[in-house]
Amino acid sequence: MKLETYKFRSRMRALTDGAVTAMAILATVLVVAPLVAIFGYLVFKGASSLNLAFFTHVPKPPGETGGGMANAILGSGILLAVASSIGVPIGIGGGIYLAEFGRGTKLANAVRFTADVLNGVPSIVMGLAIYSLVVVPQKHFSAFSGGVALGIMMIPTVCRTTEEMLLMVPHAVREAALGLGVPNWRSVLSITVKTASPGIITGCMLAFARVAGETAPLIFTALGNQYWSSSLNQPIAALPLQIYVYAISPYDDWHRLAWAGALVLIVLIVLAVSLVRYVTSRGVLKGAS
Amino acid sequence: MPEIHISQPQLEQKSAIHGGHPPAGPDASEISAVRKFLLSRGNSAVVDRGFYWLMVLCALSIFGIVALIAWRLVVSSELAWSKFGLSFFYRAFTDPDTHQFIFWDPVNGHFSAIPFVFGTLLSSFLALLMAVPLAVGLAIFLTEMCPRALRGPLAFLTELLAAIPSVIFGLWAVFVLVPLMRGHVNPLLIKVLGWTGLFSDDNPTGLGFLTAGVILAIMILPIISSLTREVMTAVPQSQREAVLALGATRWEMIRMGVLRNARIGIVGGIMLGLGRALGETMAVTMVIGNTPEIHRSLLSNGSSMAAVIANEFTEAVDDVHVSALIEIALALFVVTIIVNALARLLVWAVTRGAPSQAR
Amino acid sequence: MGVGIEVINLNAWYGTNHTLQDINLHIPANHATALIGPSGCGKSTFVRCLNRMHETNPIAKVTGTVRIGDLDIYNDAKPVEIRRRVGMVFQRPNPFPTMSIYDNVASGLKLNGYTNRRVLDEIVERSLINSALWDEVKDDLKKKSGASLSGGQQQRLCIARALAVDPEVLLMDEPASALDPISTAKIEDLIFQLKSQYTIVIVTHNMQQAARVAEKTGFFLNGRMVEFDSTHKIFTNPSDKRTEDYITGRFG
Repeated sequence: MKLETYKFRSRMRALTDGAVTAMAILATVLVVAPLVAIFGYLVFKGASSLNLAFFTHVPKPPGETGGGMANAILGSGILLAVASSIGVPIGIGGGIYLAEFGRGTKLANAVRFTADVLNGVPSIVMGLAIYSLVVVPQKHFSAFSGGVALGIMMIPTVCRTTEEMLLMVPHAVREAALGLGVPNWRSVLSITVKTASPGIITGCMLAFARVAGETAPLIFTALGNQYWSSSLNQPIAALPLQIYVYAISPYDDWHRLAWAGALVLIVLIVLAVSLVRYVTSRGVLKGAS
Repeated sequence: MPEIHISQPQLEQKSAIHGGHPPAGPDASEISAVRKFLLSRGNSAVVDRGFYWLMVLCALSIFGIVALIAWRLVVSSELAWSKFGLSFFYRAFTDPDTHQFIFWDPVNGHFSAIPFVFGTLLSSFLALLMAVPLAVGLAIFLTEMCPRALRGPLAFLTELLAAIPSVIFGLWAVFVLVPLMRGHVNPLLIKVLGWTGLFSDDNPTGLGFLTAGVILAIMILPIISSLTREVMTAVPQSQREAVLALGATRWEMIRMGVLRNARIGIVGGIMLGLGRALGETMAVTMVIGNTPEIHRSLLSNGSSMAAVIANEFTEAVDDVHVSALIEIALALFVVTIIVNALARLLVWAVTRGAPSQAR
Repeated sequence: MGVGIEVINLNAWYGTNHTLQDINLHIPANHATALIGPSGCGKSTFVRCLNRMHETNPIAKVTGTVRIGDLDIYNDAKPVEIRRRVGMVFQRPNPFPTMSIYDNVASGLKLNGYTNRRVLDEIVERSLINSALWDEVKDDLKKKSGASLSGGQQQRLCIARALAVDPEVLLMDEPASALDPISTAKIEDLIFQLKSQYTIVIVTHNMQQAARVAEKTGFFLNGRMVEFDSTHKIFTNPSDKRTEDYITGRFG
């Protein structure tokens, strides 16, 4: 090869390298920009719209100014309580099966795979299925059906993180419990699950944060409500649902409330995610070798 | 014979530890107390069996949920299925007066899923087109170039992006992205690329396929990038060093040492992002325009499978209408299951079943 | 007090691997018995058959008879019942990481449903004294986690945990192999004291250790027990050529 060609080639290679580096940095900037824009807007718009009435008042009729989302906050709380009481125990149970009983079996692989696939089923489809399963037989929309929809959506996340966390518990700890003649159920619950509990709680929080912002499955189940309601048998308001309705409404004051609601929701979610990150970075298994 | 002495020099140490007293033996009455108690505990075989089956039940419930969803969707869409059959997904009607296509007109009993399938595919395709290069670029930056101090915060930021609820993306899109598209991006595209016919200026709202594609791109970015990052970190360091040792530049190292090894996993990550984009509802509903039409222009209003369900379901009174919407949901369900299953298989093939953090 | 162990025609498998072949022996009560042999010879599998831990591995299989005292452990009882009577100390110290020192020692009773606090306090103290750990930990029994102790202390904690359920037999699977010489000396000293009250079976790859603590020694090779006799006889005048080769360091 001629020296000139070689020099040219190596200059081209260096140029390509530089270009790719620049593009990677550009990509990163382009990813960070919308994130900053979204958060900036949320904080800017939300904080200026947030006041005490937001937390204490129910919505005003269309066109009137003032009012708040107190009923939606309560509603979200109730929906999430119902969802957690369904999703957390079943998810943890499934995770225990995968990590403690089913290791390496075909059934466990199938369960794991199905859980991952279920995780990808669109939430609106989940909502329709629950509509047809719960709302139609009951003949009315209800907080209960909304809670069921969200609870089912929690199961795969809780199940898979529980499994991952249990697998981190050293085998020696299980042997120690068995060697003491502790019954298996007791050893799983009081030793293995307890050792992994910070990680399991983390997984539950992640699932919780995820469904806290879900809107689509609530449209045909919880429906929404302009008034106070805490009955599981009645339609109920939820924060994300209210944000949606207000965002697409033509009233400026409702837009203001939508921003305030979005800020409250995102603060809750960011808190949950940061807590999760803090716990996992500290080591999931406190003290375990 | 080797010199192994069977002496017990430790005997003397004993007194040092226990202050001269022999170790306290368990006294007779307490032996029986503890022993009697433990002997009385039984073997808890029944409880153990019960516990085992309870956990199996929890695990099986995941199959149950998928089956239940499928069953309910099939049963509830039976009416539409029996009326239209497969033609639901390809037929079109013509307006007798204007001779234009009509796909979806519930009032007059016209039902065809074409515009929704089109809208879903188009917006997801646009989203992938924008998100994939950015996500891979971000992943390359984070794994191969980023200073260590920046890596944590940046990863955390993308993680946050994944945690933002879709309704908040929708809210932001309605009030920030749509005006931006309307005022600046769309006019520019029309001026520069108008000749392609893909960008025509008959929609002044700023809504439409492209806007939906942009917001979807932002939403699926973290999924693709975190999975890409995961498979790229799974590439052994020795692969990188081997390529570097041949005198490769950093880009050549990334291309040959990393991307080539991780490509199957990256495709898996892209499919996972696709699965999310196909089923995404709220943000798309808020910006796509919600008109059941097909246009060549990316700037026109349209609708998607998820959007039409969200928009029309609570107002649908006609049984056929309800049933047709559920059939769309069923189609969405089947497609997302297939896409997600393929994605998982690809990712698993690369990370060897190592648990993934992607949601 | 301890009881004797009678092993008749014991065979064990891991998958298709025949790890123990026709083992017959009598382990005397209230003595320490050492099992030696090169690694992979089946000695660990053997002790794990004595409290039915072997079968916790799904591919493992056992045949034959093991009698602990009057109890035929493979026919007359369930594994949990056996393991409450037969304590086990593992190769690596494995205290429960989330539990305090106190709870670690009391775990065998607490997890089996025992609740009497006063008796638990006494048992914890006595077990820690018996495992020569009391003086080092008595001030922060409930404050410190079991995992915060040093390796040697952790192993003595595990011994205390095994003693707290008042077992008839104490199995030790290379209890000192992960420890430094000083901790090893303490553990050996402990075994020496405990063997008056418990039947101790200790697996070791360290011949000097066997010689120091045990009255009886068995030599395992390739899944078979080659020789079982008094420790003195094994180390000074073994009757089998293979034992002599191993003792004198010609292989293994």
